[in-house]
Amino acid sequence: MTAGALAIEAKELTRTFGTFVAVDRITFDVRAGEVFGFLGANGAGKTTAIRMLTGLLAPSGGRATVAGHDVATQTEAVKRNIGYMSQRFSLYEDLTVAENIRLYGGIYDLSAREIRERTDRMIGRLGLAHAASTYVRSIPLGWRQKLAFSVALLHEPRVVFLDEPTSGVDPITRRQFWELIYETAAAGTTVLVTTHYMDEAEYCDRISIMVAGRIAAIGAPADVKREFGADSIDELFVQLARRDPARAKPATPERTP
Amino acid sequence: MTHAIHVERLVKRYGGVTALDGVSFDVEPRELFGFIGPDGAGKTTLFRILATLVLPDAGTARVLGLDPVRDLWALRPRIGYMAGRFSLYPDLSVEENVRFFAAVFGTTLEREHDQIAPIYSQLEPFRDRRAAALSGGMKQKLALCCALVHRPELLLLDEPTTGVDAVSRREFWDLLGRLKEQGLTIVVSTPYMDEAKRCDRVALVQRGRILAIDTPDDVTRSFEGALLAVHVHDRYGALLALRRYPHAATIYPFGETLHYTDARKTAGADVVSLEVVEFLRANGFADARVQEIPATVEDTFMARMGAAGEVA
Repeated sequence: MTAGALAIEAKELTRTFGTFVAVDRITFDVRAGEVFGFLGANGAGKTTAIRMLTGLLAPSGGRATVAGHDVATQTEAVKRNIGYMSQRFSLYEDLTVAENIRLYGGIYDLSAREIRERTDRMIGRLGLAHAASTYVRSIPLGWRQKLAFSVALLHEPRVVFLDEPTSGVDPITRRQFWELIYETAAAGTTVLVTTHYMDEAEYCDRISIMVAGRIAAIGAPADVKREFGADSIDELFVQLARRDPARAKPATPERTP
Repeated sequence: MTHAIHVERLVKRYGGVTALDGVSFDVEPRELFGFIGPDGAGKTTLFRILATLVLPDAGTARVLGLDPVRDLWALRPRIGYMAGRFSLYPDLSVEENVRFFAAVFGTTLEREHDQIAPIYSQLEPFRDRRAAALSGGMKQKLALCCALVHRPELLLLDEPTTGVDAVSRREFWDLLGRLKEQGLTIVVSTPYMDEAKRCDRVALVQRGRILAIDTPDDVTRSFEGALLAVHVHDRYGALLALRRYPHAATIYPFGETLHYTDARKTAGADVVSLEVVEFLRANGFADARVQEIPATVEDTFMARMGAAGEVA
């Protein structure tokens, strides 16, 4: 991929389940080396979109390329060129730190030498040398998330998908995690990240906000705030999500105590 | 008036891990009390002890005047507990779940309808939907409904808003505000620091210990020294540059700004602001602006973490 190329390109990407349109003709680009925040309320279609972009779910319509490969027809090439980390599952808790790295190295077909070298480099960089033989279940959550992120980058993917990577992480570690994201992007890897922390949306180069399967806003945080006259991304998010017709009206009869 | 909850030096260990390290606090009747802290702070262990589900290793707890160890059968009908992990029956419908929990406590949905009406009315359009097929926000409302259906005096809600989007979180807190007005005592935990302001009082918790207990306003007022917000286009560049500034104590990205504190605690905010701007401009950040701002709960939390040597 050349500099300035698009890491992700989606055109009218659509996915239906029966009569339900989970993702409704979304069109957007993510540039190489960009940190892109992919936001939306629960049920807005984020997860379905990410599953299509990672080659796990076939689109019902439209098309998308990730790292130059078509997500519908070149799923193997897509998977080799992306990394993925989620808050819910990313590492095997019953394996040690070093074993997890080796396992993922094997899955991605790295040579024994590459695995050895990258393991040493990663463990050194994260300051985890003392914990290489520790079971992942017994290292603190913050470290686990940093390790999971590094493991997702082990095969040097062009695009990495981070699904709520900082959920439940303490506020200082959360910020240290974002510095890892910046470093990764500065080194040329494209980052697509989801989060429920609206302050983190401000850390992205650009964001999109999905509402009811569609992209309701897209752009640099400062630009979208200006466009919609919102003071913060939090305010903008609430403003847009309330437009979703499927969202039950919170209006309720008040009961006197 | 007696406390709704009185806890003294509560300790719980799991093998070599100390989940609760001598925690003490009181919750007053009709209070909305929040435990604010990340995963691993001990919130879930504490809630399980208060809900009679886990035995403490040391210390005392009184919930509604009762001992959660000895008096568990007297206590259980008087509390509503919502577990952190979604723990309803995924294969039962919304209505079936509520009916089930009502039946467990010897009552019916019809008899308790007015108690749960504010929440159940939001769920009614999805009455026949399986719980598993609800969105995250709706699942949490259903769980709250099930915890309320037997008219408890005290609600123990363990991370009801975790993983829930910003809009559903607001709606959930609006509901808690209404329940409090009806006279319920509510204890709730959350990892989202911005939710602290919805509570009457909060305890900031980290690794089994309480860092601070107070009203949200007083927690933020306790922030020591001046807090400066740095506005600059290239935030990451400015962050790295400020790390080399000899007087910097802490620099954190914070939304669209950087939050800066100075190591010279006695220096005036005006003087420090000017010097920081000067330093940034000299380092190529011509657009840098600095202003003093009031600390948020999250700033205070990070300052207390740093002071307690808790940084990983």
